[in-house]
Amino acid sequence: MSAPESVVSVGVELFADAVERQSLPVTRVDWRPPAQGTAADLATIATDPLRAGANAKALAAMLEVQALLVDVLPASEAVGLEPGRFLHAGPPIEWERASGPLRGALMGAAAYEGLVDDPDDAVEGFASGRYAMEPCHHHATVGPMAGVVSPTMWMFVLEDPRTGRRTHCTLNEGLGKVLRYGAYSPDVIRRLTWMSDVLGPLLQQAVRRSGPVDVTGILTQMLQMGDEAHNRNRAGTLMLLRDLGPAMVESGDRADVAEALRFVGGNDHFFLNLAMPACKLALDAARDIEGSTMVVAMARNGTDFGIQVSGTGDEWFTGPAQLADGLYLGDYGPDDANPDIGDSAITETAGLGGFAMATAPAIVRFVGGTVTDALATTRRMGEITLGANPRWSVPVLDFQGVPSGIDVSLVCRTGILPQINTGMAGKRAGVGQVGAGLVTPPAEIFGMALAGLAARTRLRSASTAPG
Amino acid sequence: MVTAQVAMATPLNIDVLAGMGFAVPGEATANDLVVAIRVESDEVLADALSAAESALAPTARAEPGAEPRAGEEAPPRTTAGALRRLGDGSRAVPEAGGGALVLVSVPGEYATVEAMDALDGGRDVMVFSDNVPVEQEVALKQAAAKRGLLVMGPDCGTAVVGGVGLGFANAVRPGPVGIVAASGTGCQQLLCLLDRAGVGVSNALGVGGRDLSEAVAGISTTAAMTRLDADPAVDLIVVVSKPPAPSVERRVRALADTLETPVELALLGAGQPDLTAAAERVLERLGRPVPTWPVAGQARQARHPRQPARRTARRTARRTARRAAGGDLLRGLFVGGTLCDEAMLVAGESLGPIRSNIPLSPELALGPALTADTHLMVDFGDDALTGGRAHPMIDPTLRLEHLARVAADERTGVILLDVVLGHGAEPDPAAALAPALAEVTQPVVVTVVGSGLDPQDRDHQVAALVAAGAEVHLSNAGATRRAVELLADQSGSAR
Repeated sequence: MSAPESVVSVGVELFADAVERQSLPVTRVDWRPPAQGTAADLATIATDPLRAGANAKALAAMLEVQALLVDVLPASEAVGLEPGRFLHAGPPIEWERASGPLRGALMGAAAYEGLVDDPDDAVEGFASGRYAMEPCHHHATVGPMAGVVSPTMWMFVLEDPRTGRRTHCTLNEGLGKVLRYGAYSPDVIRRLTWMSDVLGPLLQQAVRRSGPVDVTGILTQMLQMGDEAHNRNRAGTLMLLRDLGPAMVESGDRADVAEALRFVGGNDHFFLNLAMPACKLALDAARDIEGSTMVVAMARNGTDFGIQVSGTGDEWFTGPAQLADGLYLGDYGPDDANPDIGDSAITETAGLGGFAMATAPAIVRFVGGTVTDALATTRRMGEITLGANPRWSVPVLDFQGVPSGIDVSLVCRTGILPQINTGMAGKRAGVGQVGAGLVTPPAEIFGMALAGLAARTRLRSASTAPG
Repeated sequence: MVTAQVAMATPLNIDVLAGMGFAVPGEATANDLVVAIRVESDEVLADALSAAESALAPTARAEPGAEPRAGEEAPPRTTAGALRRLGDGSRAVPEAGGGALVLVSVPGEYATVEAMDALDGGRDVMVFSDNVPVEQEVALKQAAAKRGLLVMGPDCGTAVVGGVGLGFANAVRPGPVGIVAASGTGCQQLLCLLDRAGVGVSNALGVGGRDLSEAVAGISTTAAMTRLDADPAVDLIVVVSKPPAPSVERRVRALADTLETPVELALLGAGQPDLTAAAERVLERLGRPVPTWPVAGQARQARHPRQPARRTARRTARRTARRAAGGDLLRGLFVGGTLCDEAMLVAGESLGPIRSNIPLSPELALGPALTADTHLMVDFGDDALTGGRAHPMIDPTLRLEHLARVAADERTGVILLDVVLGHGAEPDPAAALAPALAEVTQPVVVTVVGSGLDPQDRDHQVAALVAAGAEVHLSNAGATRRAVELLADQSGSAR
């Protein structure tokens, strides 16, 4: 037997020293004990014979998906949403526990749908259950911030051409006082009405005329152009305009087209609502793989932060949503901010946003950090992910792929939590955006998911044990 | 300050603290450090607390998520992360080794997870950690077998892979013998005896003490034998183990019959040859001469206590006052489990059953105090005594405490010790042991398990121990027989 070329040492430093003194290179692991009480579950999952194969399959399934923008449709047609039903961001929640911005967005949406004249009158409808509210994620949809979808809102329709699977997201309204941040003033409602009367149909004609837009391809390019596709979508938005602009001009009224181009071009976040469903489309391909410890959704409703994991089906593991740490708009301060909200953490789940921070040095000041932080963050996320996305690469890290496929087990082992770039909503209904920053999930939900996975593994091995 | 103790809150240490009169908070676990201080005044308490804090500060870990300095890549946090950075080029080639090898020595409850990372990454792994549940060991080894990889351990103290020593391993020349060892110090004794006879060992693959049990069924032993058989440089395979479960022994013998390379089974147990006899058999099979195993110094006869040195203080004086030379009992204090086992087997032939914390049969078990009014032998490397503290080959404190205790016992006739040199062991064991031996009045026999290439400078170690009055052997079986002989001289017709 030949000698090892190097040694990886995890544990006692003295043994690593002893190997080094024999002139062999040693890679030392900076090991720290995992959270108390997780040891048995971690070992159960580590020795699950399905795990390695299941995780490889989940990661490959996610990376294989190509997301095409194939249509733009009202929610009633896109996801069959009926009058009086609303979708929202995050895991399921009832009105009593809903946060200010989620309530504000739902009230505004009820007024926009014409169910009430005054948004304040909608409270009774939601509180009594007359108006139904369900998570976007349960309807092949994702929504940024409050993520509220009502039947007449227009949605992007994304499709994976290999499987025909689809995901959806509303059109982005811009920043500041907007519905998704919980604002519902008359201006907000007017903008939504213009979007469904003018912008939606115009985009629909343009997409149908120009043919499908390769959203995954644009994501590849925008990552090379300083976007991380969560808090910075500037290059992506301009590339979308480049792809759809000619067809918009050919199909619409000149004044409408000009206003639409001005609106989209003036909203650097417009592409976010394409990045998100593209990420969900990829992650949905990795769902329901027995034995896989890969996270397939991270979502917040302003009260709870929830994750779903490939190997545990549709179960949500939830804990309290945290306050973001970052910069505030104007005079707003920490007291004004609502806990973390939105389905947009689907971008981090797929390796973008905070995970791709290294490629977006321009954004670090917006979320309150340094370029060094950005590089370190992307590398650190590599410690909790199953692999890298060869399609989405980061030039400054020698074109290393973004870290992809969050592993519940690695999160529990290292205590490193997924880093999420996020906007901050005001905690009172109606206020809108108050800032942007960085946030992490509550640590305990990964322990809960770990316990759920371990329980399933034990059940499976008991039922397949010989004899 | 009246008294202080800083220790991890293991059950053992909690007992110790309770014995000192401290109430340990109920929530403290083996992952918590307990700082116990008894003082005369609040002023002293404040000083003590700040001293404790500053002692902890330099080694304080950065919080998870702390950023490295600009441009610097933080070290990997898991074995998987480390292997990913090394890339696929560092994968081992099953049957041939090479690539990167993973060495796991985290606490036992976490070892399986790190070891699985190694197997998932296509690497052989040595698991030094003990206290790994047996079902996890089986799962690990089955996963390794599926991938054509080798798991050395858990509880594997010693390995030499392609000439590289891992864990506690002696530095020996390459040579024609390949060892498969279910015992770390048994393997080290064999390495050093063969080294003395001029026979080198390129590979000594540890498999862990439970590998040849019914539950684990010799998965690693058979994998290691197959690996060594595939190596044209190996002329003889030696399997060192306690007697295996009968079904496993049949399997190992059946495999040995199919291999091209001859296999010598060295099974340590009652009625079996000791390690030195096994080494001699190996030499005979290789057609090499058997040397006279070296002995240095001569154990001095019991003497009346000298005036204790100034610095050893009143305590020693009090003990020596009620101590008389000429006890009739043998007391063995070991850092090597197999060396302790072997000594009990060898000495037991003339002295009868010997009490121990690793007894040859259950009724001979010692209580937690590790004392008895009989012959006794203690293995300080036993799992039960290493939880929350370093192995006695690294940290001699616990054994030195007990050495003082048995030396103060008037019934102690002869003291038998081992000192294990090699990679991983403390840099200068004689530095602490020799002064302690100088205080001992009974005859002392020491086995020094070491090679001429070991980093501790074996000759210097031996000389220091001899100067302190000890008689030093290379053969543990030889040392034990000598101790029994001295005991007979010592106690005259007592037995």
